[in-house]
Amino acid sequence: MATILNVKGVTKTYDGGHEALKGVDLEIEEGEILALLGPNGAGKTTLISIICGIATASSGQITVGGHDHVTQYRAAREMIGLVPQEINLEPFETVMNTVRFSRGLFGRPRNDARIEEILKLLSLHDKKDNRIMTLSGGMKRRVLIAKALCHDPKILFLDEPTAGVDVELRKDMWDIVAKLKETGVTIILTTHYIEEAEAMADRIGVISNGEILLVEDKAALIKRLGQKELLIELDHPIDAIPESLSHHALTIGGVQELVYAYDVQGDSTGITGLLADLRAAGLHLADLSTRQSSLEDIFVDLVKEKTA
Amino acid sequence: MNWNAITAIYRFEMARTFRTLVQSIISPVLSTSLYFIVFGAAIGSRIEQVEGVSYGAFIVPGLIMLTVLTQSIANASFGIYFPKFIGTIYEHLSAPISFYEIVIGYVGAAATKAFLIGMIILATAHFFVDLTIEHPVWMMAFLVLTCISFALLGFILGIWAQNFEQLQLVPMLVVTPLVFLGGSFYSISMLPPVWQTITLFNPVVYLISGFRWAFFGMADVSLGWSVLAILSFMAACLLTIRWIFRSGYRLRS
Repeated sequence: MATILNVKGVTKTYDGGHEALKGVDLEIEEGEILALLGPNGAGKTTLISIICGIATASSGQITVGGHDHVTQYRAAREMIGLVPQEINLEPFETVMNTVRFSRGLFGRPRNDARIEEILKLLSLHDKKDNRIMTLSGGMKRRVLIAKALCHDPKILFLDEPTAGVDVELRKDMWDIVAKLKETGVTIILTTHYIEEAEAMADRIGVISNGEILLVEDKAALIKRLGQKELLIELDHPIDAIPESLSHHALTIGGVQELVYAYDVQGDSTGITGLLADLRAAGLHLADLSTRQSSLEDIFVDLVKEKTA
Repeated sequence: MNWNAITAIYRFEMARTFRTLVQSIISPVLSTSLYFIVFGAAIGSRIEQVEGVSYGAFIVPGLIMLTVLTQSIANASFGIYFPKFIGTIYEHLSAPISFYEIVIGYVGAAATKAFLIGMIILATAHFFVDLTIEHPVWMMAFLVLTCISFALLGFILGIWAQNFEQLQLVPMLVVTPLVFLGGSFYSISMLPPVWQTITLFNPVVYLISGFRWAFFGMADVSLGWSVLAILSFMAACLLTIRWIFRSGYRLRS
């Protein structure tokens, strides 16, 4: 697949001296969904703002579809749609008018049929003549998406699309993103909810403190960094780990449960040896299960590692 | 040129005008009529004539200028300030448009609206006084140039302002006094000599004088100075806007 967005060595230092981005490199493939995951203040919004032209980078280079985003800003920006984090809309305008305005602003000739198609995709069509101030929060967010999509961009930025949105609407948003992916749009979304990145993205980038710590395929990331735990349920309670098992990484998880942590990347998981030793120690097993660490654990580990 | 973007901004702004018809058009007409009644009828009956023109007619160019100046500034400043205030400015900044196209859209719409109001006031004036316009082409030219220049100033103010108070500040504390003291309601020759000299530092004097010349063929300052004044004012606004956009002043961090 072709690279559609290339960010090279982008830094941003604000006037006050705050260093928001410390040399970000990022390559986005056409058609993928990338989730940028990071805590508040990590630089997610700053990075998006720079790519979209709302803020200027202190140094570095960005190309969108091969067009430099400063010297060829028209060609570059035509390819981009942005859904901002805040709900910024003209309250007195109708949905149709405000979307029409956005389409014009992006240099496209008026085409109400196309706008209506987009409104239908977002289940907004029956609200097209409503004033924006009469819409619910979730509907307003859809209007923002419609505005970002109305000039048929190749890349869509969703800056924290589910911030402050209830659980049901969040699921809705995930569905919308899945639908958009089908239309071939490349999507870059930021979030600080790990489950969200897990649910929507193909690849995940972790950003913290102005630096991208890693960008990796979602499944590979979980697998690569994944600590696994083997939960061993015994048929009778124990209060201490027998001496003969002390060389294994065992902890007591509950009255009848032992927890064995192992690394899936390791040469040997040590499970076979452990099971043999358990048997030798005279412990009887009632059940066995494994648990994989979530992105949340991975994320916390990464940030810790970096700051340590 | 991204004409679709310019048209989109222009239409959007004009639609706001028509949506707020009472505030946008009817109120300037009403306040102008009140000026006619108070100044033209009440005071005019005591002054009667200024250099051969009835006082009622004499104040028409000044009244039009008064409203056109405030309206151009108000419309353009609000037009660009509002997206900043509600946050939709992100769209302008991320769209494939140049700043000049943004200016053409907003200033064009604000100037159009001010021009229309000027024309409406002129028509309203016909109900109160007899008017003949000696140089209609010049009259139009002055009006259009004034609308554009002051819409440019309004645009600058809209970018500069960080709250609604600042948005009102310059029109209220600077522009209105300058217009009132710029000979809207009197001829400069009526002032004591010292004040005549001081008044010449008021740029609005040149506008009103030139505009009045187009109506009645008489002026406080020569036509050349009037034309020069308005063109230099416009150039100053354009240069300021150029600087704003190059530096990203109050727009781009």
